[in-house]
Amino acid sequence: MKARYGILLITPRASNYLKMIKNRTWVKSVSFLFLACFIGCASQYPKTVLRLSPVSLTDKQLQSRQYETDNEKEIIAACAGVLQDLGFTIDDSETQLGLVVGSKDRNAIDAGQVTLATISTIFNILNNAPAGDDLERVDRSQKIRASVVTRPSSDPKKILVRVTFQRLVWNARGEVARRETLKDPSLYQGFFDRLSKSVFLEAQKI
Amino acid sequence: MKMFSLKLSVVFILSILLAGCASSKQQLLAASKSQVQLRSIQSRAFDATDQQKMMRVIISTLQDLDFVIDRADLDLGSITGSKFMNNNLLKMTVMVKPRGETQLLVRANAQYGLEAIEDAEPYQDFFTALEKALFLTAHQVE
Repeated sequence: MKARYGILLITPRASNYLKMIKNRTWVKSVSFLFLACFIGCASQYPKTVLRLSPVSLTDKQLQSRQYETDNEKEIIAACAGVLQDLGFTIDDSETQLGLVVGSKDRNAIDAGQVTLATISTIFNILNNAPAGDDLERVDRSQKIRASVVTRPSSDPKKILVRVTFQRLVWNARGEVARRETLKDPSLYQGFFDRLSKSVFLEAQKI
Repeated sequence: MKMFSLKLSVVFILSILLAGCASSKQQLLAASKSQVQLRSIQSRAFDATDQQKMMRVIISTLQDLDFVIDRADLDLGSITGSKFMNNNLLKMTVMVKPRGETQLLVRANAQYGLEAIEDAEPYQDFFTALEKALFLTAHQVE
């Protein structure tokens, strides 16, 4: 707690007031503002934000597949079809660059997380402690985004497809709880399995 | 009385601090560097003429950098991507346009959370990654 008042200590006379003001909320909020001012001024981003990471090659393999065709438009249409199969709506596309972007909003309620939050709230109440806000902090909704990029492979008879997924999760209070890039191999495998099927279906005009 | 003077001095110091920050509306035109400096940090010229091919390589470089491509427009030459890092949003736009008869000018700009990226180092990293993907040298633009 002492550190919070650190700035006030700069003025020698201020230390005399410390005892007197310890429990006053306005002092707390003012010192919080001070801290916020200083934090706001400091540069926060890591200097390596745009550096290639060592795992980028592994990610690339996970997120890419080659398809044997020379018709890129057909593959893009098949990708858009898969996104629709999965309930995504198309947000943007640029066929000349081989891009399709889609998103979907879904429920993010996790039974395990809700159970834990409920238990902790009940535990708090039984111990006469404040109930806490665990139940407001559980995940409620999410937006999943998918971006599919196709490009001609070095082999002219093949097209490379790379897909990336990310999601935003909001808690029951409406705050963003998490932002993440999804790296689970089974998700990518699932997408490409459906894409293979979609390429076949599109070829058969189904 | 003592209490009053303490409150007064705190309010005084706070107002000095806040006066130091510009009105939040001024953020619209805010930049920590001059236009010329920023352009030189954020731009490189490449000895290539195929804009479509350049844009495809940029898209794949952004993907290698863990970005998800949000939108792209071949006619305008713009590509926008986003990436989640430490629970923050990193957003970046790259523009490609012809520079003279034999070169393409690539310009990038990015923001991290609520902050513009205006240091030279991150952009240098981006252009290094792009150079590798293109097998071309990036030329500093005057």
